[in-house]
Amino acid sequence: MSLLTTRRTRRRGPRRFSARDRAVLGVLLGIPLLLDLVIVWGPTLASVALSFTGWDGISDIEWVGTENYANLFTNYPQFWPAVRHNLLWLGFLGLVATPFGLLLAVLIDRGVRFGRFYQSTIYLPVVLSLAVVGFIAQLVFSRDQGALNAILGDTESPTDWLGDPDLNIWMVLLAAAWRHTGYVMILYLAGLKAVDASLKEAAAIDGASETQTFFRVVLPTLRPVNVIVGVITVIEGLRAFDIVYAVNKGRNGLELLSVLVTDNIIGEASRIGFGSAIAVVLLVVSMGFVVTYLVQEIRGEKNR
Amino acid sequence: MSQSPFNGSAVPASLSGHRISRRNLLRGAAAGAGAIALPSLLAACGGGPGGDGKTVTMGSNASDPVPKKAFAQAFAAYEKQSEEKRTVDVNTVDHNSFQENISRYLQSKPDDVFMWFAGFRMQFFAEKGLLHDISDLWGDYTGFSAALKAQSTGSDGKQYLTPYYYYPWAVFHRKSVFAKYGYEAPRTLDEYLALARRMKKDKLTPIAFGDKDGWPAMGTFDYLNMRTNGYEFHKSLMAGEEAWTDRRVKDVFDTWRGMLPYCQQGANGRTWQEAASSLQKGESGMAVFGLPHPGQQFAEDEQDDIDFFAFPEIDPAHGQDAVEAPIDGFLLAKNSKSLKNDSTMESARDLLSWLATGKAEDVYLAGDPNNVAVSEDADTAAYTPLQKKAVDLIAGSKQISQFMDRDTRPDFASTVMIQAIQSFINEPDDIDGLVNGIERQKKTLFASDAGS
Repeated sequence: MSLLTTRRTRRRGPRRFSARDRAVLGVLLGIPLLLDLVIVWGPTLASVALSFTGWDGISDIEWVGTENYANLFTNYPQFWPAVRHNLLWLGFLGLVATPFGLLLAVLIDRGVRFGRFYQSTIYLPVVLSLAVVGFIAQLVFSRDQGALNAILGDTESPTDWLGDPDLNIWMVLLAAAWRHTGYVMILYLAGLKAVDASLKEAAAIDGASETQTFFRVVLPTLRPVNVIVGVITVIEGLRAFDIVYAVNKGRNGLELLSVLVTDNIIGEASRIGFGSAIAVVLLVVSMGFVVTYLVQEIRGEKNR
Repeated sequence: MSQSPFNGSAVPASLSGHRISRRNLLRGAAAGAGAIALPSLLAACGGGPGGDGKTVTMGSNASDPVPKKAFAQAFAAYEKQSEEKRTVDVNTVDHNSFQENISRYLQSKPDDVFMWFAGFRMQFFAEKGLLHDISDLWGDYTGFSAALKAQSTGSDGKQYLTPYYYYPWAVFHRKSVFAKYGYEAPRTLDEYLALARRMKKDKLTPIAFGDKDGWPAMGTFDYLNMRTNGYEFHKSLMAGEEAWTDRRVKDVFDTWRGMLPYCQQGANGRTWQEAASSLQKGESGMAVFGLPHPGQQFAEDEQDDIDFFAFPEIDPAHGQDAVEAPIDGFLLAKNSKSLKNDSTMESARDLLSWLATGKAEDVYLAGDPNNVAVSEDADTAAYTPLQKKAVDLIAGSKQISQFMDRDTRPDFASTVMIQAIQSFINEPDDIDGLVNGIERQKKTLFASDAGS
């Protein structure tokens, strides 16, 4: 879009806008600019500023320097587990759920029997909110009253799927992946339908095997979908919140950065300065992905 | 909702242009920005003190059906007896949301009167200047014990709360289960553990235990602490004056560790409702709960089967002196706009004075028999046997504590202790590491307040 505009202006040459043009442009640009500043940049910068204060939401704002960060890194037992869980979440969705969604999409695209049925069944969880998925996970995995333990029938020492801090993150990841897979599948399915069949034919004539055709020809033509899926996966990995909050408020093995932010800021605790510091850490992690993505995109534009 | 401090337009200053045309463009942008910002600024100017002075707004956290109905009956009774035709306008908010939003609520536009808890959790807001002093009303209150007055008093010695009801914590069990196996209520910790061993032999889980919600296990900690070290130590520990690395705290965790084998395993994955229902099904023998809790999992005709005994004695020096009995009551919000109107203030104070009477408590408890009245003037004739026993339990106690999350700073309870107790349940063996972690975090939290 922006590329197009610059090209067009260059062709027209430097020409001055009339007063009315300027007014119209000003209003049209000003409104989104203001919204962007107020809704996105304002709160972001405010969070960064607050992370250097010891504000409790009631008293005067007091400057404490980097104390919050020092506390966070050395004196907050939930912090490092939360970072680990966020990265695990990202890795699990990216390396397990997303490829699995792609596999399902390819299978359905090749026309397995009852393809329509699978397609709608696997996509079904996507329309559920993660909070509902968390609730369903409890019905299945609860130690005393859950469906899974009822099926396994071990009443002596039933496995505590959601209460065991070494186990519950995997159960929750399973539930999250259940939903994510369907999402990824539907995106790839749409992409695969759009792949020109003659490309595959050409590859077959050139003597490429099925695998080669897929990885060398089909997957590269899916690049736009790959980018979208990548972005969605990263977003899902970093903003993960609802499902663990529904399961046990994100404690006892299910700590996530987003939960720690909420616990400190929203709850009765009102450790707004400290919570902001956690939010800033999450922001920095997200920035890493955003910057990588932008660099890739800009390079891609140049090479095209 | 709190308002964003960023309504103003910072556009022109931060992006002053290099070229005239761009500057004009920005001028247009600023105009566009103003067009959006103006209405919201105008909207912010509306409102102001008003009303007829006869209507008192009430912020209620009683969102569960039983208490909600009982409160409605109580307020209806007030309106009926009011000669000045005063009315109560109730604004009910979900219990947990109310709790989580309390500081923002009290700072923005609170109702005139609101429901809240006694003890440290009330003193915290009194200290921040968000409550009206009602010491003069307390001068006329009758029927409240000294312990109740102490729990309604802020750290400045003034009263802020009108107590309404409370409910004791104790060890609950089913009469029929105890009769079936011939169990007797234990009085000391040794008897308690001996009973637990017998239950285990009888293929029962001795102690039902659930701490998924984070707070239920605090009751057990409080009792172990008060029975081992006494109420005064509990109070100063909660106030941040004692070190968690103290030998006495380690003793508490040590005793608890000895009890854990008799508790339901996997407590961190179990809600208190699930724990209570295992008590109801007769799968487990006893459980530490507050009075309103177990009853909710029992059918109507099983209610008579619920019984309890006081948490057993550990150190004879402290006996069974203290009882954990959280008090709920009513407070006046300082930031309420309509309270600035004298006649509304008069109405709100009239409402509080009425709520402080035994009669007012009778009306409520008729609708919600899961609590007991705080006033000595309340009519106990209509009480269930369980309520009567609860009254005796509290009457026989020397001190009343409020529960960990009401006796200490909210941030300490919710961001340190919940996690600490859950990790203790997972790994009961590393007590030193546990108390060191708590102490370090406690120091930063309690120190932060000293400065402000």
